[in-house]
Amino acid sequence: MQRLLPFVFAMSLPLLASAADVPSYTLTLKDHRYQPSELRIPADTRVKLDLVNQDASPEEFESDDFPAEKIVMPNSRTSLFIGPLKRGHYRFYGDFHQPTAQGTLVVE
Amino acid sequence: MGAVALLVFREVLEAALIVSVVAAATRGVMRRGWFIGGGIALGVFGAVLVALSADLLASAFSGAGQELFNAIVLLAAVLMIGWHVLWMSSHGRELSRQMRELGSAVHSGASSLGLLLAVVALAVLREGSEVVLFLYGMRAGGAGHLWTGLAIGTAAGAALGFALYAGLLRIPMRHFFGVTNGMLVLLAAGLASTAARYLIQADLLPAWGNQLWDSSWLLGNGSVPGQTAHILIGYDAQPAGMQLVFYGLTLFLLWMGARFARRQPSTPTVDGRVVTHPVA
Repeated sequence: MQRLLPFVFAMSLPLLASAADVPSYTLTLKDHRYQPSELRIPADTRVKLDLVNQDASPEEFESDDFPAEKIVMPNSRTSLFIGPLKRGHYRFYGDFHQPTAQGTLVVE
Repeated sequence: MGAVALLVFREVLEAALIVSVVAAATRGVMRRGWFIGGGIALGVFGAVLVALSADLLASAFSGAGQELFNAIVLLAAVLMIGWHVLWMSSHGRELSRQMRELGSAVHSGASSLGLLLAVVALAVLREGSEVVLFLYGMRAGGAGHLWTGLAIGTAAGAALGFALYAGLLRIPMRHFFGVTNGMLVLLAAGLASTAARYLIQADLLPAWGNQLWDSSWLLGNGSVPGQTAHILIGYDAQPAGMQLVFYGLTLFLLWMGARFARRQPSTPTVDGRVVTHPVA
């Protein structure tokens, strides 16, 4: 096991290079609703998603259709990376206010 | 109230499944009730602390603090479960023989038990901190019936955990620790895969193939069965290549480690009790 560790580290080092120049899109949360509720992003492209929470309560941006799970604190912003995704419609929601915080990611 | 109960249920379920597997894996060990209870209490305390410092976490490491924190907590749990699995590989057979012969509780490696307490605490902390943040937000929004929802959700999640535990106890003693050890290995591999998912989301690791397949038509990530499979065997409807690497590497290392541990000389016993050395 110990003999494997250097190998694992060596393998993971070049991976730490980050994608700095990815297109970014903004999703704003107000009154527990996403604006826009339909966000269009390009297909087969890694995208940075800026999440802005204008509500006084925390929210968790989440989707069951693509990997995403991030808490946005009240009156603050954060970001996460998604994709590359294939063409199609992907639903996302705010885990803490599911009745209203619903949206669709249109990948085209 | 329904929404509160549902969210709490989902979070509690994830923690409860982990606690149940750990509880089964420590079957017959003296004072393990205290360890598990203590782990849950520590986890609840930690969950409140994490929720209180969520603002700090959110801004740490240029926005990647949340993902890093989750990944570290998950990988720490993987290491601890891994250590226990290796320990059980060399002592498990002896343990189950004693339990069959004596029909009573045995001493076990306190160090290994302490690690599993930490695993329980970490599981409760991770899911619990979300519940705390959620309830805080609901309270700020003036939602009613919070406590009722919390109680119902917790009870329902814990009930499923107990059901799993009761089911595991029906496994014959001869195979018991083999099964729980195997479950711990799958649990650890799944946690490692989830850690990778967080690191990919923060762009700290490449995906090595996003969404290698999509089996959400069969079992969705958001469904309760999907969530259960996610915790127990690390199921993900749309895994990235890197997640598979983390999953496979954990399986491989623990399998190799367990084989190696089994080849070690058998454990000396005194008065029919496993003698353990303070390891960790």
